[in-house]
This record gives sequence, C-alpha cells and structure tokens, in this order.
Amino acid sequence: MDSLFPVRLDILAQVDIIFCRQKVREIAVAWGFGLADQTRLATAVSELTRNALEHGGGGSCQIVPCQKNGRDGIRVVIEDNGPGIADIAQALQDGYSTHRGMGLGLPAAKRLVHGMDIESRPGRTVLLIEMFLNN
Amino acid sequence: MKVAIMKLGDVLITAIPVDLTDEDAVMFQSDLLGEINTRDAKGVIIDISALDLVDSYMARIINDSATMAGLLGAEVVVCGMQPQVTITLIEMGRELLGVDTALNLDLAMEIILAKTHSERGDQRDG
Repeated sequence: MDSLFPVRLDILAQVDIIFCRQKVREIAVAWGFGLADQTRLATAVSELTRNALEHGGGGSCQIVPCQKNGRDGIRVVIEDNGPGIADIAQALQDGYSTHRGMGLGLPAAKRLVHGMDIESRPGRTVLLIEMFLNN
Repeated sequence: MKVAIMKLGDVLITAIPVDLTDEDAVMFQSDLLGEINTRDAKGVIIDISALDLVDSYMARIINDSATMAGLLGAEVVVCGMQPQVTITLIEMGRELLGVDTALNLDLAMEIILAKTHSERGDQRDG
C-alpha cells in the first residue's frame, strides 16, 4: 500500500481536475473504500481542485495516507498560491456566493468527507480533507 | 470532445460521457440547445449513466441545460443517474432541482412521449 505514495499532482489545466479525482478514486479503491465513499472523496477532490484552478490560478494536489483513532485513511491536500479566501467562515456557510453565483462549494465538499481543514491568506490557500475506512 | 446528439422522432437523445472537461461540458450544452432549435425537438433525454461522479459544476450544467431546453419548449428527462451519484448530490445539497428523472432510457422515453403527446392533445392515445 505504501508503494502508492507519495502522490503529487499539479493542477494547471481542466484536465488536471479529472486526473486528480481519478487518482484519488484509484487509491480509494486500492484501500478498500466502498463505492459511495470513493465517490464522495473523488467528488470533493473535484470541487476543491477546480477551486484551486479557477480561483487560485492553479496549484497542487497531494495524496497521503493518514491515521486517526487507529483508523486508516486518505488525506488529500490541495494548495494554491492565489488571492485566498477573504472570509473562511463565510465561505463555509451555505448560500454564500461569489464567482458566477456558485460560491466555492466548500460546505458541499465538507459534507462529503470525514474531515476538512482550511488555511488561507493572500498568496497561499491550503485545503486538507480526510476520509477514513470504517468511520 | 463532441458529444453525439441523436434524434428519434421528435426526441433528442444524448449521453454525457464520463470525465468531460468543463470546456467540453459548456460546448455540449451549447450544441444541445442548438440542436433543439434547428431540429425542432419536442423532447430531450439526457442519459447520465456513464457519469461515475457529478460535482457541482456538472450538476449546474445539467440543471441549466434542462431549464434552457424548457424555455425552448422542449420536455426534458434525465435518466441513468448512478446510485453513488444520487447519494453525493443529495449530501452536497446539489440535487437536480426541477428536472424530471427516470431510471433508464426506456422509462425516460415513455415519460417524454406521454408528455409530448398530451401537450399536443393527441386524441389517438385516448
């Protein structure tokens, strides 16, 4: 299982959104995640990598193993060097819209995964999501 | 990638392929609306059975396509939504609002035909 890691993908174009979510799904399958959790995680990665591309001007996606309370999981870290999220609390609220009325989809993505952390300042935004087996 | 749009009677049938880029998705939407217009379609079936995930962008493309088609006077049915896609859409809160759905293409066609015939006041069908 460790031979799958580390995985680091660049987010430079729209195809990279697809590569990242396919890679995450591939790893989730190898780890024995069920179809529903595979899809949740891949969908969240799709949302966040799109944000990194469209709002962050591009970035990177890292996939690493993680552990919590004795449970194995997958952690995906999506970074960009864009202008950042001005008000994270606001961005995490349902119904908050910026770009073309869609918002960042953060509350939606957060509902799909087991854990999400956000750090953002002008020049650097880091989104961390985690999904655990048998949560 | 150009998505194929076929016509059967007055109904356009199209299947969204897996892993369409955002650009291709926008082109698909534009092509579909163009086809409804030029081929005078009364109904549209959008089959999404190839999609192993639908994120908020694709959900919006599908939703907007259905709304726009409706404005052009066409009935729209989306069919083939995979169960894992249904789950994530509901959990995200991005369910396809206001779009009629069917389990598969056969049922979608039944619905479209029933809707388009009833609108024409087709007496033959009783």
